Amino acid sequence: MLQAPKTQTPHSPPTEQAPKGDRIFHVHQVSKIYRMGGVEVHALREVDFDLFPGEFVVLLGPSGSGKSTLLNIMGALDAPTSGEVLFHDHNLSAADDLERTRYRREHVGFVFQFYNLIPSLTARENVALVAELAENPMPPEEALALVGLSERLDHFPAQMSGGEQQRVAIARAIVKRPELLLCDEPTGALDYETGKLVLEALARVNQELGATIAIITHNAAIAGLADRVIRLRSGEIVEIRRNEKKISPAEVIW
Amino acid sequence: MASSLDRKLLRDLGRSWGQMVAVAAVAACAVTAFVAMGSTYRSLLGSQRLYYAEYRFADVFASLQRAPDSLAARIAAIPGVARAETRVVRDVTLDVPGLAEPATGRLISIPDRGRPELNDLAIRRGRYVAPGRTNEVIASEAFAEANGLRPGDAIGAILNGRWEKLTIVGVALSPEYVYEVKGGGAIFPDNRRFGVLWASRAMVAPALGMQGAFNDVAVSLGAGANEAEVIAQLDHLLARYGGLGAYGRDDQISYRFLSDEIAQNRATATIVPGIFLAAAAFLLYTVLSRLIATQRPQVGTLKAFGYSNTAIGWHYLKMALAAVGAGLVMGVAAGAYFGFRLTRVYQIFYRFPMLHYELSAGLVIVASLISLLAGALGAVAAVRKAVQMPPAEAMRPPGPARYRAGWLERMGIDRRVPLEGRMIVRDIERRPWRAAFTWLGIAMSVAILVVGFYFFDAIGYLMRLQFETVQREDVAVTFSDPRSAASRYNLANLPGVLRSEPYRAVAARLSYEHRSRRVVVMGERAAGILRPLVDEKLRIHTLPPEGIVLTRRLGELLGVKEGERVTLEVLEGARLVRQVPVSALVDEPIGYSAYMDLDALNRLLREGGTTSGAFLKVDPREAPRLYALLKRTPAVRSIAVKQASVESFKDTLAESVKISTTILVALACTLAFGMVYNGIRVALSERARELASLRVLGFSRGEVRTILLGREALLLAAAIPAGWALGAVACELIARAVASDLFRLPVVITAQTLAIAAGIVVGASALTALGVSRQLDHLDLVETLKTGE
Ligand SMILES: Nc1ncnc2c1ncn2[C@@H]1O[C@H](COP(=O)(O)OP(=O)(O)O)[C@@H](O)[C@H]1O
Ligand SMILES: [Mg+2]
Repeated sequence: MLQAPKTQTPHSPPTEQAPKGDRIFHVHQVSKIYRMGGVEVHALREVDFDLFPGEFVVLLGPSGSGKSTLLNIMGALDAPTSGEVLFHDHNLSAADDLERTRYRREHVGFVFQFYNLIPSLTARENVALVAELAENPMPPEEALALVGLSERLDHFPAQMSGGEQQRVAIARAIVKRPELLLCDEPTGALDYETGKLVLEALARVNQELGATIAIITHNAAIAGLADRVIRLRSGEIVEIRRNEKKISPAEVIW
Repeated sequence: MASSLDRKLLRDLGRSWGQMVAVAAVAACAVTAFVAMGSTYRSLLGSQRLYYAEYRFADVFASLQRAPDSLAARIAAIPGVARAETRVVRDVTLDVPGLAEPATGRLISIPDRGRPELNDLAIRRGRYVAPGRTNEVIASEAFAEANGLRPGDAIGAILNGRWEKLTIVGVALSPEYVYEVKGGGAIFPDNRRFGVLWASRAMVAPALGMQGAFNDVAVSLGAGANEAEVIAQLDHLLARYGGLGAYGRDDQISYRFLSDEIAQNRATATIVPGIFLAAAAFLLYTVLSRLIATQRPQVGTLKAFGYSNTAIGWHYLKMALAAVGAGLVMGVAAGAYFGFRLTRVYQIFYRFPMLHYELSAGLVIVASLISLLAGALGAVAAVRKAVQMPPAEAMRPPGPARYRAGWLERMGIDRRVPLEGRMIVRDIERRPWRAAFTWLGIAMSVAILVVGFYFFDAIGYLMRLQFETVQREDVAVTFSDPRSAASRYNLANLPGVLRSEPYRAVAARLSYEHRSRRVVVMGERAAGILRPLVDEKLRIHTLPPEGIVLTRRLGELLGVKEGERVTLEVLEGARLVRQVPVSALVDEPIGYSAYMDLDALNRLLREGGTTSGAFLKVDPREAPRLYALLKRTPAVRSIAVKQASVESFKDTLAESVKISTTILVALACTLAFGMVYNGIRVALSERARELASLRVLGFSRGEVRTILLGREALLLAAAIPAGWALGAVACELIARAVASDLFRLPVVITAQTLAIAAGIVVGASALTALGVSRQLDHLDLVETLKTGE
């Protein structure tokens, strides 16, 4: 395995990256191969890393490097071709559909690159849709207020801008106060101001709710927000770096 | 579970309401057909049972020359006989006010006091005959209605060679004449010229020279009695008195017709709705699966947030059940309405005293189960595909579809085909199953329409066959008694008679091995032109000089082949028994009959030149004079004017077929419309994104329209011939299922039916295409760009 300097391996964590308690996520030797026709695409090659409670982790890497694939596997939206994924001590890679559904329902919130809102439901209803599944959700209005959308409660996705839709998606992801928040390029389609709003919302969730957050981005500026930055290239982790000086969303410039 | 999910359900239903309505309409059509036909069948069956039981319909019937009343006790003593009632029955010539030609009345005696023990009358209007009053009669309802006769009116009748005036005091129905035809070859009712009259025995017996005697007996059987045994005993007992052969209900013409009708109904009530239900289930499956397929990313999202497969499945199941359920409710309501109407229509020629309409809970339950199950299966199959996919894959916007040059292009047609054409062909080749389903759906709608219109074709064909090809005479005359050939020449000399061909009709029992049937053997001139022997394919056969010709159905019933000999037992006169070779079997669609050359029949019966009547070709200008003359001729018992039969046929049978066929065609149209509409609408929602992208890239509206609708047009063109073929197969199936001993539906489908079926489907497609192209023009291009890809 090609490893950049300062790379952490799960078995010998460098002391400066001391975990804040037990790891909540353990990815071990995970590979993902897509087969289309006769061609095999190695989207992930034997990836290893851990996540720790309350962490804010950024996944960086060029397009096609396997970020989304990794995030989808962590969210049990997709199954790895080989390797193990442990959430606490639940083996997600061996779980059946029912267990994975429970995992997603009880522990994870998603923000997708293409928002994936239900077009026939309003902003409030899209958030309520997920809140109804959770045990201790916040009111949908509160989640929408967190992302600055109090004025748009009854708008349908088609009546909102891309940024607004993305914020609804974030509200939907945080409304159940998830332990783990997985975001695939949440600011990819957003302008500076909106992007900042979104990042602030995420940072607040991280600080106030103590959620562990993994964000995919190819915007290096955002990496400054992270506790740790994981860099991928061609399906491999080439670097895991701990941020010495974490900045606040207000300080992000891009 | 979740109210947000239900809200989504409601919104989705509202957003695709057109498709939902179409799905509901299709389900409604299938259920309507099922409920209407099923309930009509049940109602007829129920009416028949109820009527026969309440009015004590007899089990065995026998006519004879004349027997003393004292024989009645011996008949009643036959083991197995529960009740026996002797009667005097005779067909007499009637003079009905307002009717130019003579009519035939079947005069049947009823007890002077009390009700008939068997075949009791249901008095509909007026009263029962009063004891001691002469010349009081009760008329059958169909006859009275057809001639506008009411209690108090008088009609003339020839009794014992003299004209007598009879007063109608009541109008009634009898279980013996639920279907009121004369018999002896007459198959369709002619209620103006044939009717039943009931009068007290005290009046009928002397008028017909039957004092202290009877010439007809009806018998009911006790529990466990053996009908064949009783018939044999009765025949034995009546042989000395000129018995004409006892027979059971199966040979009783009214029972036979009604039972055949009910059996036919049962067949149509299974097959036609079966076809509808199959088509509806298929449509529900395709529409729902494609509708849900377009919601695949939403399914992925729901799963990503922790909705379980069951919850998602239930969500879409509710969507399907909502549409199908709405259709079910409409279908049951419409089915009950049409079933009631159809049952009423049947009462035009099947006369029951009570209107018994029965919509059983069982029928509704079966209809519900079938339709809801079809909808549920469609939804579940579609949802399964969507939920089995990993959410990551389901949510991914469909990547660029993998097109490749298919076999059509590899054959080198691409050079000449414009780009749009190539895109259409590639799309079909890329998803051949989807194309095949669309194709099959359209073909099924065409087929259903063909089936609907086929009934018109079949009846029209039968009418033409019967009234143009077979019955070429204008008038058929029946003599009061079989008489010598000499009278034929008298007939030919009457005013207006252009041509006269004699015939001999003999009631006989034909048997082969242990099987037997009562038929009327028709002796005709081989050289005659007024009554040719015509088969189903309209080929004319000449009567062979020797032997007997049977319709194929009769041959099958007897199990006899050409060249074999059947036993012919004459059921009148000296009751001769003869062996006759079967010289041919002919396919005739109506009835089962037997034909012989007139001379050969006369020889066989050892009667020189005897005839029962004649077929006449008449100069229309002289017709009224001729009819008036015939009416006054005691030697002529009855005449049948063809034109009148044609009209009465059109008024009654054709009318009822029209009503049921119109219902069927309306249902077929709705179904076809639903299929085509949904097909195109779903294609639009599936490809909206792709087409919008094309528009973004600079394709014109016209080009985009061509790409979407071109595919549908191509499939439509390919589906029409397939639909015709499918329809023909279905018609064949139906014809086979409804075939009875008396009647076979010919499989003739006119070019007009094919054209109309295709036209309706093309029209429905065009209308839908028009609506869809309007939507295509307003494709939301921005929306496409917003959602990435
Ligand atoms: N469903 C799929 N089928 C085939 N290949 C895929 C599929 N999804 C992703 N890939 C391939 O896997 C690789 C990684 O994709 P992805 O994880 O989406 O990259 P990123 O999110 O980093 O841009 C890419 O080469 C991509 O083409
Ligand atoms: Mg990605």
